Amino acid sequence: MPIQYQGILAEHAHTREAVSVFDICHMGEFMLQADPLASGFDRIITQNIVSMPLGACRYGFLLNEQAGIMDDLIVYRIDQTLWMIVVNAATTPGDLAHFKAHLSADCSLEDVSGKMAKLDVQGPQSLDVLKTIFGEGVGKLSYYTFSEFKIFEHQSCIISRTGYTGELGYEIYIANDYVARLWEILLKDARVKPAGLGARDTLRLEMSYPLYGHDLDENHSPLAAGAAKFVDFSKDFIGRQALLREKQNGPGEHLIYFQADSRRSPRNGFSILDNGRQVGRVTSGSFSPSLGVGIGMGYVAGNYDLDAQLVVKQDVTEIPVKVVRRPFLKKTSLMAEVNKQ
Amino acid sequence: MNIPKNILYTKEHEWARIEGKVAFVGITDYAQHSLGDITFVELPKVGEILKQSAYCATVESVKAASDVYAPLSGKVVAVNTQLATHPELINQSAYEAGYFYSVEFLNQAEQSNLMDAASYQKYVEGISK
Repeated sequence: MPIQYQGILAEHAHTREAVSVFDICHMGEFMLQADPLASGFDRIITQNIVSMPLGACRYGFLLNEQAGIMDDLIVYRIDQTLWMIVVNAATTPGDLAHFKAHLSADCSLEDVSGKMAKLDVQGPQSLDVLKTIFGEGVGKLSYYTFSEFKIFEHQSCIISRTGYTGELGYEIYIANDYVARLWEILLKDARVKPAGLGARDTLRLEMSYPLYGHDLDENHSPLAAGAAKFVDFSKDFIGRQALLREKQNGPGEHLIYFQADSRRSPRNGFSILDNGRQVGRVTSGSFSPSLGVGIGMGYVAGNYDLDAQLVVKQDVTEIPVKVVRRPFLKKTSLMAEVNKQ
Repeated sequence: MNIPKNILYTKEHEWARIEGKVAFVGITDYAQHSLGDITFVELPKVGEILKQSAYCATVESVKAASDVYAPLSGKVVAVNTQLATHPELINQSAYEAGYFYSVEFLNQAEQSNLMDAASYQKYVEGISK
C-alpha cells in the first residue's frame, strides 16, 4: 500500500467528505474453529468472547503475563465455534505463536493472511457506494457487526461496519484472487478515490485511535493506554493479575492527547516537557488537516489536567501544546451514526 | 519536473532568483514534490543576516520536517507572510507565490557556487536514477 496517491491532504479531505478506498491487504487474519471457553480462546483476549452474538465484531487486546499489550485486534464471530481474528501485520507471527501456545490441541487455527485480502471503504458516502455493489443488505449492518455477501456471482466475502478513520465505513475481506477486480469496481464509481497510508494515519490520529507499535506496545497496559473499556475484569484473561495490581496502584505512565498552538507537527519520538523537565515521549503526532493545527499523543508520568501547558521538543524544535480531551475531532459521520443508535 | 531557466539552484534543492541586488529564495519543485503536502514553514526574520549554506528556514509536511539552507549570504529584506496561513502555496507555486524570502546579497561571487538550470536538471536526474 502506498503512502499516498494524489496527496495526503486531498485524500484525507475526500475521506471526510465523500468516500475513499484503502488497500489494507497487509493486515493479518486467522480463522479459528474453537469452543470459546473449553479451548482457552476467551482467556487469550481481554474482552468477553463468550457473550458475543453471531455476526458481531469486538475490539480487544492480547496481553502478556505482565499485562503489556502484545497486539490489538478485532474478533469476528462467524458461527458458534467459528471465528475470524484480525491482527496487525508486524505482530502476526508472534500472535500466531501466542494463540498456539494457549489454545487447546483440539481446535484448529489457520493463518489465512496470505490468502485473504482486505479493502476498507470509508467516508460518509461509503454505504451508498457499497449498496450499488453488494445490494441493500449492507444498510442493515450496525456499528461493529458484519455479514457475508456475494460478489462476482458466487464469490463470498465478509463486510463489517468497522474502520480506522472516524467516518461511516466498512471493511471488506475477500479472497486474494478477487481483490483486484473489486478494487477496480470500487474505483469505477466516480465518488470513490484511493487513499494511502499517509491519510490513514492522519485520519486515525484525529480520532485518537492508537496505532500498534507507536501508541500501544508491550511496555504499556490497556490501563496506561486509556483503553480499560476493552477489558472485562469479570472474567479470566492472560495478564489479569498484573493488570489488577496496576489498577490498584495506578499505571506508571499514561497516554495523553495534546494539541499544538500552531501548525507545527509533534512527531513520534519527540520529548514531552513540563517546565523544561522531560516527563514523557510522543508516540504519534501530525498536522491535523481538519483542525489546521498540530496534534499528538504520548505517554507521560504523572497526571495532567485538561488545558495543562506542555512543550514537545526535538533538537531545536520546541512546540507548545496543551492537553485536550479525545477525540481531537468531535463531529464525523461515524459519530453522527453511532449517536443515533 | 519544473526547472525554470532564469534562476540558480543548490544541491539541497533551494533556488535563488537574482533581481538587481536582491535575490528571491525558495525551494524547488523537486523539493516540494518530495516533501508532499506542506503544512508549516518557519521563515527567517526581516533584518536577519544569513550565511550561504547555513540553516535559514524549516519546512514541515504531513510526512516529515526538513531544514532549508540559504543559497546566498545576505540580509533578509522581506519574507513571504502568506506562507504562515497558506503553506500550500509552496506546493502550488514553488517558484512564484511560494517563495520564502528575499535577501540583499553580500557577495556576488557566491553565485558561482550555485548551479544553473541545466546542471540542476542533470543533478536531479542523477538522484532519481
